[in-house]
Amino acid sequence: MLLIDCPHCGPRDENEFRYGGQAGIAYPETPASATDAEWAEYVFLRDNPKGWFDERWFHVHGCRTWFTLRRHTVTHEIWNP
Amino acid sequence: MTRLDKGGLVDRSVVLSFSFDGRRMEGHPGDTLASALLANGVRVVGHSVELGRPRGIFSAGPEEPNALVRVGADPMLAATTVELYEGLEAWSLRGKGRVDLDATDDRRCDKGYLHCDVLVVGGGPAGLAAALSAGVAGARVILVDDQPRLGGDLLNSRVRLDGSRALDWVALVRARLASMPDVRVLTRTTAIGYYDHNYVVAVERRPRGERLWHLRTAQVVLATGAQERSLAFPGNDRPGVMLASAARTYVNRYGVRPGRRAVVFACADSGYEAARDLRAAGVEIAAVIDPRPQAPAEALAGQVVTGTVADADGLLTEVLVGDRRFEADLLAVAGGWNPVVHLFSQSQGRTVFDEEAQAFVPGASAQAERSAGACRGRYGTAEAIQDGYAAGCQAARPAGKRQGGGFRVPETDELPLRPPAAVWLVEPQSTDAPDVFADLHRDVTVADLARAAGTGMRSVEHVKRYTTAGTGADQGKTSGAVVAGVMSALLGAAPGQVGTTTFRPPYTPVSFATLAGRDRGALSDPVRTTAPHASHVARGAVFEDVGQWKRPRYFPLGGETMEQAVLRECRAARTGVAAMDASTLGKIDVRGAGAGEFLDRIYTNMYSTLRVGSCRYGVMCTADGMVFDDGTTTRLADDHYLMTTTTGNAAAVLDWLEEWRQTEWPGLEVSFTSVTDHWATVAVVGPKAREIIGLIAPGAEELAFMTYAATKVLGVDGRVFRISFSGELAYEVNVPWWYGRSLWETVLDLGAVPYGTETMHVLRAEKGFAMVGQETDGTVTPQDLGMSWLVSKRKPDFVGKRSHARPDTARDGRKRLVGLLADDPAAFVAEGAQLVGPTGPMLGHVTSSYVSAALGRSFSLAMVRGVAVGDRLSAVSGESAVPVTVVEPVFYDPGNTRRDGDPAVRAVAGRAAGCRKESPAAAFAGRFEAAGSERVRLREVPFVRMWEVRGADPGVGLRLGPDWWLVTGDTEERPGWVDVSGQRTVLELTGPGALDVLITGCPIDLHPAVFPGHAQTLLGKAAVLLERFSEPEGEGGYRIYVRSSFATYLAEWLLDALEG
Ligand SMILES: [Zn+2]
Repeated sequence: MLLIDCPHCGPRDENEFRYGGQAGIAYPETPASATDAEWAEYVFLRDNPKGWFDERWFHVHGCRTWFTLRRHTVTHEIWNP
Repeated sequence: MTRLDKGGLVDRSVVLSFSFDGRRMEGHPGDTLASALLANGVRVVGHSVELGRPRGIFSAGPEEPNALVRVGADPMLAATTVELYEGLEAWSLRGKGRVDLDATDDRRCDKGYLHCDVLVVGGGPAGLAAALSAGVAGARVILVDDQPRLGGDLLNSRVRLDGSRALDWVALVRARLASMPDVRVLTRTTAIGYYDHNYVVAVERRPRGERLWHLRTAQVVLATGAQERSLAFPGNDRPGVMLASAARTYVNRYGVRPGRRAVVFACADSGYEAARDLRAAGVEIAAVIDPRPQAPAEALAGQVVTGTVADADGLLTEVLVGDRRFEADLLAVAGGWNPVVHLFSQSQGRTVFDEEAQAFVPGASAQAERSAGACRGRYGTAEAIQDGYAAGCQAARPAGKRQGGGFRVPETDELPLRPPAAVWLVEPQSTDAPDVFADLHRDVTVADLARAAGTGMRSVEHVKRYTTAGTGADQGKTSGAVVAGVMSALLGAAPGQVGTTTFRPPYTPVSFATLAGRDRGALSDPVRTTAPHASHVARGAVFEDVGQWKRPRYFPLGGETMEQAVLRECRAARTGVAAMDASTLGKIDVRGAGAGEFLDRIYTNMYSTLRVGSCRYGVMCTADGMVFDDGTTTRLADDHYLMTTTTGNAAAVLDWLEEWRQTEWPGLEVSFTSVTDHWATVAVVGPKAREIIGLIAPGAEELAFMTYAATKVLGVDGRVFRISFSGELAYEVNVPWWYGRSLWETVLDLGAVPYGTETMHVLRAEKGFAMVGQETDGTVTPQDLGMSWLVSKRKPDFVGKRSHARPDTARDGRKRLVGLLADDPAAFVAEGAQLVGPTGPMLGHVTSSYVSAALGRSFSLAMVRGVAVGDRLSAVSGESAVPVTVVEPVFYDPGNTRRDGDPAVRAVAGRAAGCRKESPAAAFAGRFEAAGSERVRLREVPFVRMWEVRGADPGVGLRLGPDWWLVTGDTEERPGWVDVSGQRTVLELTGPGALDVLITGCPIDLHPAVFPGHAQTLLGKAAVLLERFSEPEGEGGYRIYVRSSFATYLAEWLLDALEG
């Protein structure tokens, strides 16, 4: 059970949150002009690093805020700058 | 009897009677089952799992590999960990436990959540010192220990501190800990798991049932001590062979002689301590065998035990040392110590082999933890206390308000310890020597390990899986180091190179009942109910689970089967008037200047152009273009919409909207508020529906198709939508939750026939309306469902649009929605049946299948590729193949002629009686009252007015999140506030015991110094808003705001919690 620091509510147990996958995947500006390959990359392809990973979490049972945190996928350490 | 006349920590003035294998025996408070069995002369407690060899008591703690027993409903417990109680009934086992399905389990298990700055695991000298120094520094401390009383190994030994009994020092520390309000001591509590981010799970044994503690802490001090180990020598499994520290524990702590005449095998100095204490208790010491070349005069130096001899029952009679034989009924083995590094290892710390201690000790930490005392090889009592003080001070430093330190370490009478002998294996001297065991629990011998090594295995992980060593209920606590030592001897490598297997939770076995706690039976999963639920129950509805909701599936009359009831309900909806409780549909209030634009981007069709007062059906897709959800959305005002979702997707859709708003389109001014529970919804359906609507909401009966009116319904502010999912004239009538039951009963009193979800499915399927989750499965586009008309060509973009042009989604030959009719109208095609043509592969599958009253036959919907109307297929399911023909998927009234109902039925004069008001937990008032006590009281605060407010701070109410407030009470409603009075109800918990109730289900830190006054979190399995209040003076308590549909679940959960 990870302890996740919600920017609004403070530290809460992982089961109050929903995982949102890789962070920083922006919706293409003009989807219509994207090639099939570009579009498929946006929809289907995500990084899966062994190590630090920027990912999105949603505080579903709390303040309902989406936020980004950096987690180490091996140690589960959460980046604390 | 082998009980000593005096000494130890048992209370001889009280006799507890118990039974073992049906024999009546007696013991005393303070005994374990193991010590009581020894006191009653029981030598053989069970038989081993594979070989059926007689086995006795080997240890005095949780590391026990042999003495496994069944106690009541518990199929397998170590007798060394069972506290004796009056009437205990225990049975011996042959190795493996067996669940007695008839045994009654009346245990009442529970859980609890606690938070602290410093968690200390272990209440021995190091742990006590750590808890004291951390507590003195001002940290919030929790100390857990698995024994009934604090002291750790000091309970078992005769060591003196500052010239007094060690337990006097323990009593002093215990008193100081008890005087500190922020120090909590949990005895009989075993920490079983150490997880990420300093999350430790512990089991507290209580007479009425265990409590599973979830502990979250900033810092951990592990003071888990050390366990003695044996070594591998021939005949090392006989009853009478016991760890030296255990023999010492039985005489010192329990006043029980584990034998008459003993040989001590002292590979480590603890053997001498055992010999001294056994001798003091009247046990004759036949010999002390010390493999080390330098040894005290009493020992045979440089010798090892080479074998044992047993009598016909398998009991130890002689110990062999080379050519010498010693008559003995006890062989006390001091093989050295294994620091208890299980929790450290679970925390992902790496252990290292300490050559001097000949043991695996903690290396680098992976989390905010430190080990102190014997669990890191500091075995001496004074040394452990000193180590504990230092660890507690360090651990408290981040949280500490005061600087600790200056603790005096008492003087001990212990002698300095010499390094143990590096002996792991004594090879048999002859081929007929008895087996040499490495793991007593799993009956794994050195020969088995040699076979593993012989096959080329080098990793202990492989050896473990091949031989099963270390996989018993004891998880190899006594055998792990022995296996590593023997393998190192067999492979010619150092034990440190061989290493240990991974330590995994739980440290000791845990029953499923403990893990389940109170989440059993009706509380195992929250049940959501609608406002009219009690009416459905009273009417004999058969329910269906839709997500967590209980929905009536059908309403049988008399002895009707489901099929008969559904045919009758369908007929009523198609020819008269029928009603369904549609309250479970998700309802989302969408507001803001950007609301229309937002909906245009989310739905495949247009909403910004929808006229105010009109409803429109829409489909939303995920980014891959697949259908995600559907429903109607109504424009209530220019910048105000009400979206409906499917029952199952309500939460997912709300999350989805929030995700796009927050992460992609933060510039759009729009907000979303769930009003699913605020509104109770009754669908009134059928050609004669107009009459009922005219009576309950005069004027609304003349609404045009796909329009809405905000109007009085039974005298209260409600909403009526003219929406149909059946092709018939239909209305969805909404009133706030409080009036939902009354609305439902009134509609039925006026003649509507109640129908459930099964009839709803038939009616929509007859019209060919696809159902999300039935026809769709995440691989279906709107176009696949024949809904191209619903996909805007004008909009530049919407979520999923670009994916509809991907080669795979745009290609011909995808599965599409079709209708199917079996050749035989009475034949029923199973949902899920595979569809095949005369030749060739599978073409699709049946998604919906029903018997239709209107059609007088069966019919089906299916997703099939490459077929045209008129094609003939086989629907194959199991052994049956039903011939079917492909038809258009609209079976009933394809011209939509029935939409406006029976023109002859008009509104009649009159008006139904007013509406009764009922709060979501009204039915619990009596039980709440009865469950109250001095310590804690529970009540519902009904009919609290509430609004959710977005955007600017209203200056009143509770802040729920960024730009989000809940305003309650007697306040003037302001423009833009969303009335959610029916969405939640308030349960109020007051009294000094309120906090103790909440910690059994609320995972956040409720300590007054930390809790901010209110928070949205979880309680049990329900999402709640928790608010602490301090009025009236000195009393105070908590208000629990819970969704109305979860009120029944949470009320039951709280009542259960109040039982304690
Ligand atoms: Zn939050």
